[in-house]
Amino acid sequence: MSLEPQRFAAPADVARLGRNALVVGAIGAAASVAGYLSDPAQFFRSYLVSWLLWLGIAAGCLAIAMLHHLSRGAWGLMIRRVLEAGSSTLPLLAILFLPIALGLTEIYPWARPDEVAHDEMLQYKTWWLTPGAFYLRAAIYLAIWSGLSFALNRLSQRQDETGDPGLFRKMQTIAAPGILIYALTATFASVDWLMSVDAHWYSSLFGVYFIGGQGLAALSFVVIMALYLAKREPMKGILGANHFHDYGKLMLAFVSLWAYFALSQFLIIWSGNLKEEVLWYKERTEHGWNIIALGLIFLHFVLPFLLLLSRDLKRRGRPLLWIALLLLVMRWVDLYWQAGPAFSPHGLTFHWLDLATLVAIGGLWFAAFSRRLARRPLLPVNDPFMEETLDHE
Amino acid sequence: MSAPGAARLHGLMAEFRSARSLIRACERTHEAGYRKTDAYTPYPIEEVFEALHLHRSKVPLLVLIGGILGCLGGFALCYWTSVIEYPMNIGGRPHNSWPSFIPVTFETTILVASFFAVVGMLALNGLPMPYHPVFNVKRFALASRDRYFLVIEAEDSRFDAEETRRFLASLEPTEVFDVEP
Repeated sequence: MSLEPQRFAAPADVARLGRNALVVGAIGAAASVAGYLSDPAQFFRSYLVSWLLWLGIAAGCLAIAMLHHLSRGAWGLMIRRVLEAGSSTLPLLAILFLPIALGLTEIYPWARPDEVAHDEMLQYKTWWLTPGAFYLRAAIYLAIWSGLSFALNRLSQRQDETGDPGLFRKMQTIAAPGILIYALTATFASVDWLMSVDAHWYSSLFGVYFIGGQGLAALSFVVIMALYLAKREPMKGILGANHFHDYGKLMLAFVSLWAYFALSQFLIIWSGNLKEEVLWYKERTEHGWNIIALGLIFLHFVLPFLLLLSRDLKRRGRPLLWIALLLLVMRWVDLYWQAGPAFSPHGLTFHWLDLATLVAIGGLWFAAFSRRLARRPLLPVNDPFMEETLDHE
Repeated sequence: MSAPGAARLHGLMAEFRSARSLIRACERTHEAGYRKTDAYTPYPIEEVFEALHLHRSKVPLLVLIGGILGCLGGFALCYWTSVIEYPMNIGGRPHNSWPSFIPVTFETTILVASFFAVVGMLALNGLPMPYHPVFNVKRFALASRDRYFLVIEAEDSRFDAEETRRFLASLEPTEVFDVEP
């Protein structure tokens, strides 16, 4: 099998998809701006959840890419370009953080001085939860993740150009500390951005729960893209049932991991039965939010878990596509269920801005993603393990 | 059926020098309609399973049944002890506190599923097996080193000592052996 990079140029469809996404994103952005003018508070709250979804996919791509560099599995080489393109959008997401920074008082109770003045618990937490420190920390998290993705992408680019077989060691040297740093920063970021919408509540498992969700969302997105590419030249015939079998197994593992974290957090708080902790679950299991909670149990865990047990479903493209789409939607539902009750504890509500901001950020994000994907060959042909991987097929 | 007078055989064995030639031979054997076949290689080769259509094992189904039994059994155990036989007031919680049953339920699910996997695997593949006719062929020892073997058993309905020998020879093996029972 010849391994010229030109043979693996991305299909023209990818660029077209990106242009369409840009148009859709622009329409979503216009709708979001209109929403902001009519109801700023709702805009910021919807925006937070939407931003967290797309951020999770990009950051999850970075984490899985680092995992691949460290484990060197054959599964990773086939989707490395998707992971690299996904993680390279982190600087864009850092810019898209700005609306959250501007709407702090609409989103977070600890950012409202009049509320803090009457709340001893919030006063106690001001050593961590203050706007200045929040901005600084957000800048640090986003800079670190963007930096990691930039460094790994640059080495990968150099591997394409020079074919130096030693470069994969350098990638491992970045990925090993990188994955540790990512786990720590993502934990703090989850506390800052999502947990603190209900500033009274705390859970030490929240960070891993957040990271597990990110990993699952990123993997689902990657599987959808891989299925898309497998239908088109040049990946047609190269990405096959064996690879999707592997991705299905990984999805099953991530689904189980997510459920494990979700249950552990619930079980510990349920057992402790302390007022400050259980209230978070109480708000999320009544007034209509209970339907979402049940939906999470059955559609984020039970159904995908049972379906992914089947060997045939993992190896066939179409069922896997539907499972991945379901998991992406449920990731959004999960985020909405965590943040939403803090904004409307007296009943489950949806607002058209939830959808508009999701489409706005998603469209812009996907346009950036596909631009990056189209720029380089779809396989890292100079990777020292590439030939072995293709031979294995 | 073997010709009258000829010694009954366990089957016929062909030796191959490379994995690729074995895979090709397996494919052609399956195409020719032979079903009581087996291949022996020094390391697992995914394509051989596919070529001989060996993937349809009953073990996954057994594991699933074991998992379901373990899941129901574990929960029933917790329910029986905490609600029926020894109801106790623990921190004012209801007797049927299902969240606290889940860790036990999870563990028994894994336990019974893995028991079913190991015992089911042994029951279906017939291990431990102190005697197997293939070892009557001296060169078969190389199956754990660098040679690849394909056996068509005499039990196969299409088996005919002469015709099957010709068929195996047409697959370009290095040699074809009779496997004494």
